[in-house]
Amino acid sequence: MQRKSLDIWVGLFVVLGAAALLFLALKAGNMSSLSFGNTYDVTARFDNIGGLKPGAPVKSAGVVVGRVDNIGLNGKTFQAEVRLKMQSAFSFPKDSSAKILTSGLLGEQYIGLEPGGDANNLAAGDRIAMTQSAIVLENLISQFLFSKAAEGKEEQK
Amino acid sequence: MILDFLAAIGRGVREFVISLGFGTRTFFSVLGASGGLLRRLRLVTDQIHFIGNYSLVIIGVSGLFVGFVLGLQGYYTLNKYGSEQALGLLVALSLTRELGPVVTALLFAGRAGTSLTAEIGLMKAGEQLAAMEMMAVNPLQRVLAPRFWAGVIAMPILAAIFSAVGIIGGYIVGVLLIGVDEGAFWSQMQAGVDVWADIANGVLKSIVFGVAVTFIALYQGYEAKPTPEGVARATTRTVVIGSLTVLALDFLLTALMFNK
Repeated sequence: MQRKSLDIWVGLFVVLGAAALLFLALKAGNMSSLSFGNTYDVTARFDNIGGLKPGAPVKSAGVVVGRVDNIGLNGKTFQAEVRLKMQSAFSFPKDSSAKILTSGLLGEQYIGLEPGGDANNLAAGDRIAMTQSAIVLENLISQFLFSKAAEGKEEQK
Repeated sequence: MILDFLAAIGRGVREFVISLGFGTRTFFSVLGASGGLLRRLRLVTDQIHFIGNYSLVIIGVSGLFVGFVLGLQGYYTLNKYGSEQALGLLVALSLTRELGPVVTALLFAGRAGTSLTAEIGLMKAGEQLAAMEMMAVNPLQRVLAPRFWAGVIAMPILAAIFSAVGIIGGYIVGVLLIGVDEGAFWSQMQAGVDVWADIANGVLKSIVFGVAVTFIALYQGYEAKPTPEGVARATTRTVVIGSLTVLALDFLLTALMFNK
């Protein structure tokens, strides 16, 4: 009897640990949003990806439809080559366009996918042709300053 | 005078290297003696009960209070930037990545490690280990190995409980007392905590700490001088060496795991 009650306590201890781990994975972690479903790979080339990181979401109309799998540099075109893992449940027209967007003012960067009008859908291994790079703040500011300076010169004439 | 000083340094280094070698040898002998445990799993469950269940109260209460404090301090800091919705993320990340494994290991060294050292040290002082050898029972297999595996199993479980209770503590202070938005608290946490990069690596950390702390406690007890003073010194050394090892290992593991 004594033996059995000890076993029950040890069992309870282990079950408690498993429950804690489950709580961490489901309630605190992203296990519930992690999809183990089928995916297909699509690539996209960007002139500048800004602060995009592997694992960033791919969203269409705000809904997560995939994740950034891998980021590399194409040695010939010197463009960033981004591989996207798209969920098989969603398919997009071949002429869809990809943009790098930022959630909120200081939020993380993600890829926004805008569907096009082509009758054929993107298949595994396809490349998204139309892309728009991340907005780099320094470039924006320098453009703004140059245009301001140009305006000033015209006024002086 | 200078020669004495040099000799003292030399002796210190020599003793350190010797204990390192003895420690490694004992570690592998314990691992080697573990095979026979499969036939005597009762020995391991007994020790899990002794090491794990009795540590539950201190781990649970500490976890709750660490969560409370993280909630309060995190809110104070985040509020300055107007981003107190990220409180859940802050609490969950600090607990799963760092505080859960590390604080649990430190408490574990104090709560379970000392009792292991004292127990084995007294067994040695009472010549029980020698008596076992006389009866052709291997003390490494009968005494050290079950305690070692019990510690290795109990430590990650305790760390997971610590983190989970801590997050609940952060929730109690942040959401229920201060009034951070509940939806933002959980959704920011879920968006920012990765199952593999954060939670699984935290579990891995706690397993490594479990191996280190349990083995240090066992080794100190096994190598203790068989006198009351020797056992007392060994118990102190368990806490000091165990805690320092945990902190040093934590730095190494963090640098290896989270360097992306």
